Amino acid sequence: MAKNVNPDREAAGRKGAHDRAVLTAQRTGCYIVLGILSFLCLFFFYILLINSTRAHAQIQQGFSFLPGKSFITNFKSLMANETIPVVRGLINSLIVAGGSAALSVYFSALTAYAIHAYEFKGKGAIFTFIMMIMVVPTQVSALGFIQLVGNLGLMNNFIPLIVPAIAAPVTFFFIKQYMDSVLPMELIEAARIDGAGEFRIFNQIVLPLMKPAIAVQAIFTFVSSWNNYFIPSLILNKAEMKTLPILIAQLRGADFLKFDMGQVYMMIAFSIFPVVIVYILLSKYIVGGVTAGSVKG
Amino acid sequence: MKKQKKLVSYAKWGYIFLIPFFTVFIIFNLIPLVSTFYNSFFENYEIGLIQVGPTPVGLENFKTIFTDGDLGKYFTNTMIMWALGFVPQMFFSLLLAVWFTNSRLRLKGTSFFKTVIYMPNLIMASAFAMLFFALFSDIGPVNNILARLGIGQYRFLAEVAGTRGLVAFMNFLMWTGNTTIILMSGIMGIDESLFEAARIDGASSWRIFWGITMPLLRPITAYVLITSLIGGLQMFDVPQILTNGGGSPDRTSMTLIMYLNKHLYSHNYGMAGALSVILFVVTGILSMIVYTYTMNNYDGSGSLSKKARAKRKAEKKQMREQKKESKAAQATSSQHA
Repeated sequence: MAKNVNPDREAAGRKGAHDRAVLTAQRTGCYIVLGILSFLCLFFFYILLINSTRAHAQIQQGFSFLPGKSFITNFKSLMANETIPVVRGLINSLIVAGGSAALSVYFSALTAYAIHAYEFKGKGAIFTFIMMIMVVPTQVSALGFIQLVGNLGLMNNFIPLIVPAIAAPVTFFFIKQYMDSVLPMELIEAARIDGAGEFRIFNQIVLPLMKPAIAVQAIFTFVSSWNNYFIPSLILNKAEMKTLPILIAQLRGADFLKFDMGQVYMMIAFSIFPVVIVYILLSKYIVGGVTAGSVKG
Repeated sequence: MKKQKKLVSYAKWGYIFLIPFFTVFIIFNLIPLVSTFYNSFFENYEIGLIQVGPTPVGLENFKTIFTDGDLGKYFTNTMIMWALGFVPQMFFSLLLAVWFTNSRLRLKGTSFFKTVIYMPNLIMASAFAMLFFALFSDIGPVNNILARLGIGQYRFLAEVAGTRGLVAFMNFLMWTGNTTIILMSGIMGIDESLFEAARIDGASSWRIFWGITMPLLRPITAYVLITSLIGGLQMFDVPQILTNGGGSPDRTSMTLIMYLNKHLYSHNYGMAGALSVILFVVTGILSMIVYTYTMNNYDGSGSLSKKARAKRKAEKKQMREQKKESKAAQATSSQHA
C-alpha cells in the first residue's frame, strides 16, 4: 500500500512545486512589465525635476541624474521674468479652475436632485437629452462661442470660462449615479414633514450626503479646467488675464534657444507639480473616482 | 384632494431646479452650436484688413473643404496618431487589468502601480508637450543620453515618424492608466464563479482570457474604443504645443482641431463653421454607437428602459425555451438509457 501512495504524493508534490514555479515566473514577468511602465510614467518628470534645479549652462553641457543647486536661482529668474507673468497666470488659473469646480459640482448636484427626487412630465426625456449632449465636444461650438463672447463684450473675462461649468453633463451623471445609491426618498419626506422647504432640504440634507461624490467630481473638474488650453486661448489675450497653459504655449512660441533653459524647466514644473502634489495626497479618491458610479450593467 | 395638490407642487420644484442647467446650456452651448452651423453657410473671411462677407453661399464652404484636399490629410494625420497611441494603450490596459484582477496572481503593490500609471492623465497636456519638446529637442537630454549610449542622434521633431511617434507616445502615457481602471471595473463585474469553474476544468489563463474575459468584456472594450476615438478626433493640445501650431514637419502632425483653431485665429469663419459641422456629424455617429452599447440599459429613474426591458424579456424567453429544450433532450436521453 505504502509503495502505491508514495509515488502519487511525490507526483502531486512535484506538480505543486511546478505550479508554484510557474506562478513565480508569471509574477516576475508582471512586475517587469509594470516596472517598465511605471518607469516610463515617472522618468520624464524626474528629468523635469532634475533640470529645474540646474543652471542653463549645466543643462547645455548634457544630462545628469543628480540635481543641481540652481533651484532657487531658476525660481527667482522665473518670477522676475516680465514677459511670462507666471504668478499672475497661477492666480488666474486658480480662479478659473476653482470657480468652475465650485459651480459645476453645486449645480450638477442640483440638476441631479431635480431628476432624482421629483416626478414630473418629461423627466425621462430630459435625462436622455442631458446624456446626449454629454458627448458633444466643446470644440465644435467654439466658433459660435467666441462670437457670442465677443458680442457680449466678455473677451478677456473669466465669466465665459467659469459659468458654462454649470451645465456639466458628465459631472451631473456621476453625481446622479451616486445619489441613486445613497439617497433614500424617506429622508426627504421626513424633512418635508418637519417643515423644511425644498431648497433648504437640498442645501442642508442632500448636499452633505453627497460629499464623497462632490469631492471627487470637484477634483476632476478642477484639474480639467486647470489643464484647459483650447477655449481659454481663444478668449484670453491680455497678459494679465492669461492662464498657465496659455503662458506655456507662449513660451513654446518664443524663440526657444535664446531662453534660459533652467527657467523653461522651472516654468513647466511650476504648471505640473501643483497637480502632482494634490494627486499624491488624494490619489486614493481620484483613482477610485474614475469609475465611481459609471459602468452600471 | 389635499395629497394630490401637494404632489403637483413638488413637481414644480423639479423644473425649478433644472433652470440653472438649461439656462447656461442654452446660452453657452446651444446658441453657439446653432450659430456655428449658421456660419457654415456663409462666405466670411479676412484677407489682410479686408473683410469678405458674410454672404450666404449655401453649401459652397463644404464643397471647398472637401475638395481642397487638406481635410483628408489632417483627418489621416489625426487617425494615424490616435491609432499609434491607442493600440499599445489597449494592449497594456488589457494586460494590466487582467493581472490586477487575477485572484491567483495576487500581485503586491497594485495600488502603487495604478497610482503611478494613472498620473500622466492629470498632467496639463500643454505643459507635458512642452516638456517633451524640451527633452526631445536636438540638444535635449534624450539625444544626449542616446549619444552617450553610442546610438547617435535622432532628430525627433524633424522626422515624420519621430513627431507622430512622440504625440502617440504621449497619448499612450496619458490614457493607459485611465483605460486600465475602466477595464478593471468591467472585469470585476464578471461573475467570479465563471473564472473558477474554468480553472477547475483546467483551462489555461490564455484560454480563460479569450474564452471568458474578452467576450464578456466586449461592451466595455467597445465603449473604450469609441470614446477614445471621439477623444482622438479632438486631439489638440499635445501636437499644437509640440509643433508650435504648425504640425511640422510639413503639416504631417496637423490634426483636425489644429486646423479648426487655425481658421478661428485667422477669422475664416465660413470654413471654421463647415469644419465644425463635419466634426459634429462624425462625433454624433460615433456617439450613437456608444449609446446602443452602454446606455440602453439605463434611464433617469434608475429602472430599466422600455427597450432594455423588452430585450431582457426576449432573453428570458429564449432562456426558458433553451431550458425546455435541454430538459426535453435530457428526458429523451434518460429514456434511451
